[in-house]
Amino acid sequence: MSTETASNTGAPTTPVGKAADYLDQRTSIGVAVKEFARKVFPDHWSFMLGEMALFSFVVLLLSGVFLTMFFDPSMALVEYHGAGPETMQGQLMSTAFASTLDLSFDVRGGLLMRQIHHWAALVFMASIVVHMMRVFFTGAFRKPREINWLVGTVLLILGLLAGFSGYSLPDDVLSGNGLRITDGVIKSIPVIGSYMSYMVFGGEFPGEHIIPRLFTIHILLVPALILALIGLHLFLMVLHKHTQYPGGGRTDKNVVGYPLFPVYVAKMGGNFFIVFGILALMGATMSINNVWNYGPYDPSPVGAGAQPDWYMLFLEGSLRLMPGAGTEWVIFGYTLSLNVLIPAVVIPGLLFTFLFAYPFIEAKVTGDKREHHVLDRPRNVPVRTGLGVAFLTAFIILALAGSNDLIATHFAMSLNQITWAFRILFFVGPVFAFWVTKRICLSLQRKDRELVLHGHETGRIVRFANGEYIEVHRPLDEQERWLRVNYDAHRPLEIEPATDARGVKRRGYKSDKRWQKLSRFFYEDRVEPVTPAELAAAHSHGEHDEIAPAAHTSEVTSGTDTVDRER
Amino acid sequence: MSENQNPNTSQDVTTSTGTAGHPERFSDPGVPEHRPRLTDTDPKANKRSERIIVLLFALSCLGAIASLVAYFTVRPDGTTDQTRLSTLLLGVTMAISLLGIGIAAIHWAKALMSDHEHVDERHELRSTPEVREVAVKHLTDGVEDSGIGRRGVLKGAAVSALALFPLTFAVPLISSVGGDWNISKFRHTIWTSGKRLAYDPTGRPIKAADLTVGSVAHVIPEESEEYMASHEWITEKAKAVVLLVRLNPEDIRSDQSPEGETWSYDGIVAYSKICTHVGCPVALYEQQTHHLLCPCHQSTFDMADGAKVVFGPANRPLPQLPIAVDDEGYLVAQDDFAEPVGPSYWERLK
Repeated sequence: MSTETASNTGAPTTPVGKAADYLDQRTSIGVAVKEFARKVFPDHWSFMLGEMALFSFVVLLLSGVFLTMFFDPSMALVEYHGAGPETMQGQLMSTAFASTLDLSFDVRGGLLMRQIHHWAALVFMASIVVHMMRVFFTGAFRKPREINWLVGTVLLILGLLAGFSGYSLPDDVLSGNGLRITDGVIKSIPVIGSYMSYMVFGGEFPGEHIIPRLFTIHILLVPALILALIGLHLFLMVLHKHTQYPGGGRTDKNVVGYPLFPVYVAKMGGNFFIVFGILALMGATMSINNVWNYGPYDPSPVGAGAQPDWYMLFLEGSLRLMPGAGTEWVIFGYTLSLNVLIPAVVIPGLLFTFLFAYPFIEAKVTGDKREHHVLDRPRNVPVRTGLGVAFLTAFIILALAGSNDLIATHFAMSLNQITWAFRILFFVGPVFAFWVTKRICLSLQRKDRELVLHGHETGRIVRFANGEYIEVHRPLDEQERWLRVNYDAHRPLEIEPATDARGVKRRGYKSDKRWQKLSRFFYEDRVEPVTPAELAAAHSHGEHDEIAPAAHTSEVTSGTDTVDRER
Repeated sequence: MSENQNPNTSQDVTTSTGTAGHPERFSDPGVPEHRPRLTDTDPKANKRSERIIVLLFALSCLGAIASLVAYFTVRPDGTTDQTRLSTLLLGVTMAISLLGIGIAAIHWAKALMSDHEHVDERHELRSTPEVREVAVKHLTDGVEDSGIGRRGVLKGAAVSALALFPLTFAVPLISSVGGDWNISKFRHTIWTSGKRLAYDPTGRPIKAADLTVGSVAHVIPEESEEYMASHEWITEKAKAVVLLVRLNPEDIRSDQSPEGETWSYDGIVAYSKICTHVGCPVALYEQQTHHLLCPCHQSTFDMADGAKVVFGPANRPLPQLPIAVDDEGYLVAQDDFAEPVGPSYWERLK
């Protein structure tokens, strides 16, 4: 039977053909290749930001495997006599710290791998954040991608967890104090805080369990979850097909771009090697976390000007900004430390809630149930863009506040005044950033309207017989215009009245009213795209006060008096 | 602000040209025309790009070989410099071998591979009504087959079993994961009546007479050397560390001694070094102002005024260690701290 089928289709003769046939008869891989090999992906530089996150994660896995071969996550105390620096000889330290020294100084390439691993972690988090910014500002989280946005946000949190657990493993003074801060934060949690501290440390801080526990979390639990969720993230991406930027011929019903094989195989493969190459260069030339300068963990010393890794700075800044006076309450004899709870638990909780909830809130106030595959230009959704910038501003102010001591020493300023400035900025900055961003977006939209209506300035000045000077404007070509008129200016929700025709009160009116209010906040101010009628009007308007030279009939001219002014 | 159009303009539209004849929206001009690259039109440029790509791959090979050479020639000898050199050479050669491949592949894709855009159709993600109908039917059939709707007791039993079995895993884990769960340990340190104050980290006891006015000492309780090489010590030290300052007795505005007791000795005051905010060691002392600053979150305590908080996120003063001098002139503790040291927790005052 099988020979018959094979001969019918023409038996493969080449070795590759034979191998493919062998595989296909067992896995029907032909179906997958047919489906995916020439799958079309749109092209844009910002689409590689997510790839960078993925590839730095691969580098983390590779360098991490190298490190686990030599790292010993034990808190057993040893007197150090090894390949490490002179200052460390004879010191009492945990085996974890000693093995960190040995893998840096005794294992050739060990220090390189440690530094690549640490830099890769920083780049991993940075590319996740920048990738999320791209997704947020272009509205790529809209239907049908809301779930994938949630998956991505969970990945961000897992990334934080991976970074934090890994950073603490060498058991040095710096990371030990970081753990101590964590302990203080955990203890501030009402009712269960003390027990949670015991749960994390297996007893009192620091105890002798935390490093092995963090090791398991860092090399097994969190990476396994990250891998699984990356799988889901990419599966959904392929299922949805990638979003595309607006442009001629790109609609919500198609995807325009280049085939996976060979273009993206080469581009993505190349991107992996470039990411890895740059991380190798960073690991080779920029030293990071020289734990032998800090020494093994000892609960007494502490370094001044110490900073956590950048993605943790916002939490550190949040802790630093909170005023302590009057914020520790005693209720029925129980202590509630709001001075820790608010900055370390409530503020990050709010930030992450915003990230999780935003796609659903926007969908609700837009009243939009369509699928979206063409991205928004950020200017065309001013309130979303403003909220995103406000969020980033809050994040950056907190991160800067986490370096207030370094700012003070570098610029010879008063630490207390800087702290006060950041306290005020934390509340004022995001509001101001929102307002400015929204205004800039609206202005850019108006600029787009003006361009569509009146064309580009050419710098050619024409003088009329009556002595009037005008500048000749060149109209936009079709593609350029399409980019600027192809968007929806959403309007605030319209809701049914409070009472029906017979005067009976409608249930759910109050909730509708609240959503409408929010919707007004989003879409009250908007700039409509130019319609063909408006363009035609602008043309005739421009022409009837102009005696255009016959050779330039295609050019639209307009004097300054016809420039569209805003109310 | 809701509309951007100048009302005059829109009036113009209706009066001069009218909206009739104009579509409501512009139409899609379609995918832009393909513009050939230099490598598409000029065979020379095409050949040149190919040569560049070959060269980049060759560079990558050289980088890999150089990396092996660096590995075998530069051996670390325990000095930081040699380790740095080895790291630098291994890393840079590795980067060359990786970047060579990466840049070559991308240049290949951009310069030589076809750059004609393809268009694929998208399909709505929701499944068709027919598919949904079949899916629902499969599920209802399955429920019907299992009979779960009719058999209430069976349902209850199954749910109970599924709800209970995780306990067999969770109870042993949770009961052990927190050690002895005895959180009252937060309350006590190893300071006891008569225990000598010693320098950190040498463990040498401190004579009151050795301290001049203005001097600062990082203090630990005096313990045996064996004890100080144990884990228990690290955990106890994490609570017991003290910062001691000798001030001019007139400068001391207040300390925490209750009525009828003296917790300081001749201008020498000792306060817990563990910050009452989140527990960092408070280590930066400023002699002029008598302020003690926590380098982690900048809580500032006034050592001349009962270690009260003068700035920052901490709320409570650092607890004071009551001290005295023994017969030989060494500083000793009168007792343990009167309150738990370090960050606040829910049961702190219980």
